[in-house]
Amino acid sequence: MTDAPLSAPGAGIGRSGRVAHLSRHARATVGPVLLVVAALVALWYLACIPMNAQNAVLLAEREDIAVTPATAAERRDMGGLALTFANPAVATARAFAQERPRLPAPHQVLTELWNTTVGVAPTSKRSLLHHARITLVPTLIGFALGSLAGIALAIGIVHSRVMDLSVMPWAIASQTIPILAIAPMIIVVMNSIGVQGVLPKATISAYLSFFPVTVGMVKGLRAPAPSDLDLMRTWNAGPARTLLSLRLPASIPYLFASLKIAVAAALVGAIVGELPTGAVAGLGARLLAGSYYGQTVQIWSALFAAAVVAAALVAAIAALERLTLRRMGLAR
Amino acid sequence: MRVRLRSAATSAVLFGGLLVVLGLLAGAAPRIPALAALALLLVWALAWQANRAFSLTDARIARVACPVLFGLTLLLLWQMAVRLFDVPSVILPAPTEITVAIAANLPTLWADFVQTILKGALGGWLIGCTAGVGTALLVARSGFLRRGLLPVGNFVAALPIIGTAPILVMWFGFGWESKAAVVVVMVFFPVLVNTVAGLSDSEAMQRDLMRTYGATPGQTLRYLALPSALPFLFNGLKIATTLALIGAIVAEFFGSPTLGMGFRISTEVGRLNLPMVWATIVVAALTGSLSYGLVARLERRLTFWHPSQQARG
Repeated sequence: MTDAPLSAPGAGIGRSGRVAHLSRHARATVGPVLLVVAALVALWYLACIPMNAQNAVLLAEREDIAVTPATAAERRDMGGLALTFANPAVATARAFAQERPRLPAPHQVLTELWNTTVGVAPTSKRSLLHHARITLVPTLIGFALGSLAGIALAIGIVHSRVMDLSVMPWAIASQTIPILAIAPMIIVVMNSIGVQGVLPKATISAYLSFFPVTVGMVKGLRAPAPSDLDLMRTWNAGPARTLLSLRLPASIPYLFASLKIAVAAALVGAIVGELPTGAVAGLGARLLAGSYYGQTVQIWSALFAAAVVAAALVAAIAALERLTLRRMGLAR
Repeated sequence: MRVRLRSAATSAVLFGGLLVVLGLLAGAAPRIPALAALALLLVWALAWQANRAFSLTDARIARVACPVLFGLTLLLLWQMAVRLFDVPSVILPAPTEITVAIAANLPTLWADFVQTILKGALGGWLIGCTAGVGTALLVARSGFLRRGLLPVGNFVAALPIIGTAPILVMWFGFGWESKAAVVVVMVFFPVLVNTVAGLSDSEAMQRDLMRTYGATPGQTLRYLALPSALPFLFNGLKIATTLALIGAIVAEFFGSPTLGMGFRISTEVGRLNLPMVWATIVVAALTGSLSYGLVARLERRLTFWHPSQQARG
């Protein structure tokens, strides 16, 4: 760190303090992050060689290239690493461009992602954008409903001792159970009473985002210091006024923290909700169809698309959080 | 206080008596929707009143009685609603039917439990947590790696990792090994991120003190960094227990041998045998709460000195 401290005299000359702060922060994290990501990608490429060795050697044999255990029967029980060391040139040359590799190389996944997003019309059934939209709509609807219900329940819990004592333990306990397991049941049961499409998936998403928001908001609405609550009382403020002017503003940081968890959970819920309907459409359906037909590249690209959607959703909420907190003067 | 307690007890007894009467009625009464709805409302109002009475009593009794009463009320309302409105069991089975299903299928449920929880979830949890803590111990030694890995780990922890399930099932086969692998992947990053954050939580003053004592890096780790990391580590472990169950169950939706809790749920749903599905879900819920409780108990034993544990009294 050769940069002068932000508070040093003259530190801001030539660039504003904020820019200096940003650039210094960037230098401290961007370099290491890039290096870690690069290392992961390199590891991935390396792993491709032994993972795909079995298939690579088979391909080479079909092209009449001599491979060291000459028959397939001998090769069957060999590990990928042993096979790679037996035929280093063959295994390396054919590891990164197979049709159905056990582990597709990063560039294969990126090419598939590019081909299925930019390469085809967004309305086509082959387009990942189309599938992402089908997953995203119930995610957002469920997330909105679940969060609103969670906030409402939290307000009730904070204001009523009976609700606090009777509902809160169940809300906390429900976070320890694998709620996702009931997703197939919700889909099938709603299907059997004639509800299909967006609503069953949105129900799962709502259910999954409901509890984190409830628990987080209860913590947040209780965040004001006792002295602040006493001050409201000395001003003769009723519960509604205290809620609006003190409790809700104080709970905003907690709200955003739990919203980030909730939106990620809602997306997982929508993806898992697509599994039992038999892989019709959506990112979850792409995952399942890929695993039915052994289309590994398709699985990986669907996985990356889901990751991008999740990251975008969390980033959107984080941006909203920064904006709100800055407006409220709470930003650090 | 005693008067209140007595009134609470009285209302509880009243409530119980009324339940019996209503239960008998529910069996015999002609199924009139309006009457049924009225009965449901009546039970709800009475139970809520009893709960309110309890909530005004001694804190320790209320803390146990209120949630238990609330849970029982929900169960009762569920049972009554199913019986009074004649809900078919392919949509929502009554709690009694679920209990019967549990009792009748104990061997199956136990086999599923062994396959999914003891082999898949527990195996993966142990491997994933060990790997996460081990990596964290290595990473925490270098500030560079920490700055690089923490954002990446946080990013990965927010991704829908369950999507790796089809890939891992393809690699490791349909057996419990692939489920354990999914659990390892799901559990690794939350544990890693929390442990790294915890290991760097000790204050500069404390680290300086260790240096003035001439402590070796090993001693610093043993007496300063590890204890101060424990609250964070347990936070990660608690997240990991829930994730492990989810991972092990959902991974079975992508392919499994003919046993396991995820397999049971997906096949019995397909056969519209809902009581069995609910029975499996009950087992999963109990397992989740118990394993979380175990980790929380261990946490209280090991981090009794931490403010968050002392506040609870």
